[in-house]
Amino acid sequence: MTVFIIRRVMQSILVLFVMSLLVFVGVYAIGNPVEIFVAADADQAERARVIAALGLDKPLWEQYLLFIRNAVMGDLGKSFVFNQPALGLILQRMPATLELAFTAMVIALALGIPLGMYAGFRPQSRIAKAIMAGSILGFSLPTFWVGLMLIMVFAVELGWLPSTGRGATAEVFGIETSLATWDGLSHVLLPALNLALFKLSLVIRLTRAGMRENMLMDYVKFARAKGLTMRRVVFVHVLKNIMIPIVTVVGLELGSVIAFAVVTETVFAWPGMGKLIIDSINNLDRPVIVAYMLITVTMFIVINLVVDVLYSVLDPRVRLADMKG
Amino acid sequence: MSTAPTLVVEDLKTWFYTKAGVVKAVDGVSFRAEAGKIVGLVGESGSGKTVTGFSIIGLVDPPGRIEGGRILFKGRNLVGLTEEELRKLRGSRIAMIFQDPMMTLNPVLRIETQMVEAVRAHVDVSEAEARRRARDALGQVGIPSPEERLKAYPHQFSGGMRQRVAIAIALINKPDLIIADEPTTALDVTIQAQILFEVQKLCRQTGTALIWITHDLSVVASLADEVCVMYAGKIVEQGTVDDVLDRPAHPYTHGLMCSVPSANRRGAPLRQIPGVMPSLLDLPSGCSFRPRCSRADGACLEPPPMAPVGPGRLARCFHPLHGEGV
Ligand SMILES: Nc1ncnc2c1ncn2[C@@H]1O[C@H](COP(=O)(O)OP(=O)(O)O)[C@@H](O)[C@H]1O
Ligand code: SF4
Ligand SMILES: [Mg+2]
Repeated sequence: MTVFIIRRVMQSILVLFVMSLLVFVGVYAIGNPVEIFVAADADQAERARVIAALGLDKPLWEQYLLFIRNAVMGDLGKSFVFNQPALGLILQRMPATLELAFTAMVIALALGIPLGMYAGFRPQSRIAKAIMAGSILGFSLPTFWVGLMLIMVFAVELGWLPSTGRGATAEVFGIETSLATWDGLSHVLLPALNLALFKLSLVIRLTRAGMRENMLMDYVKFARAKGLTMRRVVFVHVLKNIMIPIVTVVGLELGSVIAFAVVTETVFAWPGMGKLIIDSINNLDRPVIVAYMLITVTMFIVINLVVDVLYSVLDPRVRLADMKG
Repeated sequence: MSTAPTLVVEDLKTWFYTKAGVVKAVDGVSFRAEAGKIVGLVGESGSGKTVTGFSIIGLVDPPGRIEGGRILFKGRNLVGLTEEELRKLRGSRIAMIFQDPMMTLNPVLRIETQMVEAVRAHVDVSEAEARRRARDALGQVGIPSPEERLKAYPHQFSGGMRQRVAIAIALINKPDLIIADEPTTALDVTIQAQILFEVQKLCRQTGTALIWITHDLSVVASLADEVCVMYAGKIVEQGTVDDVLDRPAHPYTHGLMCSVPSANRRGAPLRQIPGVMPSLLDLPSGCSFRPRCSRADGACLEPPPMAPVGPGRLARCFHPLHGEGV
């Protein structure tokens, strides 16, 4: 296990390094931020001053080496726009995004597993067919459209929930979160539902497929032949088996939930990282873009590692030492 | 104390309602199993042996249904019992062992969990007591250091050991009847012989009735007291092992005997029965075995009844063989 984790960390550092190079060159290719930051009527001297201040006067390789040297010491550069450290800017907004993604995942699992289990247990029933039809909608309706509809129905027409922004926060275990206040919860519900919809459909389909497949297995028949109740067979024997693919897929999807929170954050004016990155791309705020990419990749790496560890806990046949990194 | 035999199956019919038609997988099967005795249920694959076993233990799933007949377990008819009444019998009074030991244990639960739950589904004992019984059952089927092995997961056992675990689970509540569905088919010959020997011993000791399902006549010969030969959902011949295997009366049994190697016919050529078992959806009229039978004639266009062919033995044939031997 320790060997496994060490190997994974080494690989991760390599991935981050390659990633930083790609992003750096990529962002360089997109456009020149100087055009945005220097007034059109500025003179040559003013222009040169801004370029030097942003560190853009040096050749690309030198800029990159400088970036790496600073990055190793935890400095990912300063935002051109805010003139603040990019890392700090992102970390400031990260809790809002994580909170949204987390709530969305909880909704997807808490609704998706029971619905999927029912649909797999009684596939011919009308309710099961309704659940599956719903999951097709969840897959195919565009996120921004659903978001707007949610706002229309629950905020505008019914007036039950607020439509934009993040509510009041409170501190739990040292973390500022809006999940700890009623106002905060009421604000997070709609955007989280919006973000959850796609994953909910995914969880329903995965669970249903696992349920149907496992119910036909010999081990289920044997468990029933032991005289176990159907409830125990389903909720202990089958559930434990279908949790393995669910945890794997959902864990890997967590990264994409965070990354794709961009759309939902835009629709609901949620002050998270997604909104920041959209703004930064518009402004060609290079340090923030690079820092955002590196943080996102790091998050994916950490999540994958946690999923692998969880996987080995759930499935006794898997031993981490045997797994390739 | 009732003197009823452990199990009497009378005219059992289990049919499957598929899109293609009604599959009469078990169609009028009658036999009995006595305490401490072993009945061999023999037949080619697809003849309805497994469905017979599932019918007895009440595990026929849709689209299948028990369509008729009686299953008298110690005098009580199991056909028509509620799911909960059947559940209480399953694993406690009637146990079943399946064919493929690699598939029957749940891969993600410890052996301990799977054994303890089998006890606690039926008797209200403490976790510790259930565990003690589990350990004893493992020891009984010859698993070394059972205490440690309880903690293991199925994938940590070989196929033969897993089947022993399954047998231990079947034995754990001291059932009156065990249905063993080809439990040694997937194992190699030496392990098969060991398991056969041990199961036989355990049943005789405890007075458990055992139904041993197999397609292998040599297994029946070394193990069973009585034998029932199944073909296309019906029993075509039954009697004691000595009678049936030494002097088969039904042409199908005779054909089966000729197709297995045997010590007392060393050097004799093996003859397979020509043709294959017909589809249950498209059975020939009259005797189901007619297209493959060398003795068939016009009479066989009617379905033959089960008729006595000697003391204590029956065969479903108009022209039974009379002790020609094999
Ligand atoms: N779930 C099912 N649906 C339709 N037909 C089935 C089903 N289960 C079994 N059968 C039919 O019942 C017949 C007997 O099967 P089985 O008892 O498994 O045979 P055996 O155990 O003797 O090899 C087979 O021909 C099969 O087609
Ligand atoms: S009844 Fe006729 S066809 Fe059937 S087994 Fe006997 S001889 Fe053969
Ligand atoms: Mg079978």
